[in-house]
Amino acid sequence: MLAHEKISAAIRDANADGRTALVPFVTAGYPQPDEFMATLESIAGIGDVVEIGVPFSDPMADGMTIQRSSFAAIENGVTLRWIFEQLDGNHIDTPLLMMSYLNPLLAFGYEKLAERARETGVCGFIVPDLPYEESADLRAALEAQGLGLVQLVTPATPAGRRKMLAEASRGFVYAVTITGITGGDDGLPADLAGYLDAVTAASPIPVCAGFGIRAADDVRNVGRHAAGAIVGSALVEVLERGENPAEFLQSLTLAAR
Amino acid sequence: MSSVIKSSESEELLQALLDGRLPDERGRFGPFGGRYIPETLVPAFERLEQGVREHLPSESFQEDYARELREWVGRPTALSFAPRLSERWGTEVWIKREDLAHTGAHKINNAIGQALLAKRLGAERVIAETGAGQHGVASAAACARLGLPCRVYMGAVDIERQAPNVDRMHRLGAEVFPVESGDKTLRAAIDEALREWVSDPAGIYYLLGSAVGAHPYPYLVRELQSVIGKESREQMTRQAGGLPDAAFACVGGGSNAIGLFYPLLNDPIELIGVEAGGIGNGLGENAATLATGTPGVLQGSYSIILQDKDGNVQETQSVSAGLDYSGVGPEHALLQAVGRVKYVAASDDEALEALEELCELEGILTALETAHAYAYAKKWSVDNPVKRVLIGNSGRGDKDMPTLTKYPPRTRKHAGA
Repeated sequence: MLAHEKISAAIRDANADGRTALVPFVTAGYPQPDEFMATLESIAGIGDVVEIGVPFSDPMADGMTIQRSSFAAIENGVTLRWIFEQLDGNHIDTPLLMMSYLNPLLAFGYEKLAERARETGVCGFIVPDLPYEESADLRAALEAQGLGLVQLVTPATPAGRRKMLAEASRGFVYAVTITGITGGDDGLPADLAGYLDAVTAASPIPVCAGFGIRAADDVRNVGRHAAGAIVGSALVEVLERGENPAEFLQSLTLAAR
Repeated sequence: MSSVIKSSESEELLQALLDGRLPDERGRFGPFGGRYIPETLVPAFERLEQGVREHLPSESFQEDYARELREWVGRPTALSFAPRLSERWGTEVWIKREDLAHTGAHKINNAIGQALLAKRLGAERVIAETGAGQHGVASAAACARLGLPCRVYMGAVDIERQAPNVDRMHRLGAEVFPVESGDKTLRAAIDEALREWVSDPAGIYYLLGSAVGAHPYPYLVRELQSVIGKESREQMTRQAGGLPDAAFACVGGGSNAIGLFYPLLNDPIELIGVEAGGIGNGLGENAATLATGTPGVLQGSYSIILQDKDGNVQETQSVSAGLDYSGVGPEHALLQAVGRVKYVAASDDEALEALEELCELEGILTALETAHAYAYAKKWSVDNPVKRVLIGNSGRGDKDMPTLTKYPPRTRKHAGA
């Protein structure tokens, strides 16, 4: 099985189990770098796929929570290189994904990136400032190692483009629930069901919904129309408050059944 | 830049540039440029690109734009011969007076053009970013003129050092939104404006102030600012009796420089862009992006940026808020790579001295940004005596008074000082 197929399989397994797949996101090395692997392992014990956020100086698609965690992690010396070093030799079975803005990946070098990802159990990437039209080089480098580039679709994406992106996506399709940045607390939009159904209908691989998913009710709502739910800012806030991330995720999995 | 462009490609790219074939259909200036944006903004950028293609060349747009430039902006701006500066420098100095344009800088050329476009595209409201406040003031004025609501994102650090412009924006009816995140200067303001745009891509028109960002902005801003170079070319021929040997402009994002240089690319003129050398050569001590940066993606385009080895963008340092930016327009990155334009830096001290000299000899209080161009032009003139030089005087320095009062006079003994 190719690495990106492990992501799709993990989501399908959760669904076969009668659950909405849970995809937690953490900013690497936040709040404390020395707790990173312990946090990751504990989250990976509950999540079906785990997203690791690579901190970047200009997170233009992120709200205050992820900006704050990103700047703090950079301040604490967290870099892509450091993240791979921590991941070396890990025993996590849950497929890992990296979410990074493009520039840290460019600085690292695409070929080396794909190699290091394969070595450390990272199965794919989400790059929020890389639209499909600019992604050929990165996709080629990732594909050579069996890794996937997850495409995002949003409520602003026209139907034709939505289908094109869903077919190009690997691992899952990231359906952004709102027109906005991460970390909003305005609740999920009223017409969410129709939108997620349309993305699912266009997609040959599972669809996971993200942005604005903060509580059990949100996971339940999303789960009726998508294969998985991505939880980012809400989890980062749990970490920020020094609370137990596993307990928080556990409270969401009950809703995911 | 040998790593980005092979020398065999270099000539071909230069020719494409001279022929007006760049950016290409993907928004590329050779390897530079492109469109690196969140998916949410893709439809908005496609609409903008379509709108630029449809309206910009149209007769009706060009008529409206020309009329606004003439009757409201006050164009053509003067070309001034600088007799005393010429004598001091031992060369013939001509100054293109963008400081005389409405609101006091070249920024208005772009702001009124894009506001006209926003109106045609049916925008409900306009957002803009600003560093020194000049683009914010220009956007606020243009939006007031056309009856568009306007919000300007401005870093908290810049709000403090450019206080007079904040008040001007308020009086012109714009809302000034203080940006407390990131470096609290221009870069953070652009990030925040992009975030706002992501929240309402259909209703908002983002009036970007420099020749930076994702396609089609670098192209759009160049086209609107090219009026500087076109007028200069015509005025030099008429008033000075010929084209200059060299032309100088300051470069932050690079809009006034591309506006001056682009119409002169095919002429035998040495073109020199002057960046902010700040307080030193170390990372974080200046904003000399082209002089010391490396290729990367920042805020929508692949260009030269100031970054560390891990790809995090570095903070900059400059006495001038308008040059205090870690990136530069992608067309400048190509102009440097193919060797058509030379990019150099002038330090804070050199700029302050040049500002004072211009005031004293020509009675022109230039902007701190612009002063960088004078500082290097002077050096160049010492090395290349008895030539004819043209300086793009991109803006006036009234806005810099709070900063200038913090620095003691350099050469001149002021009355009461």
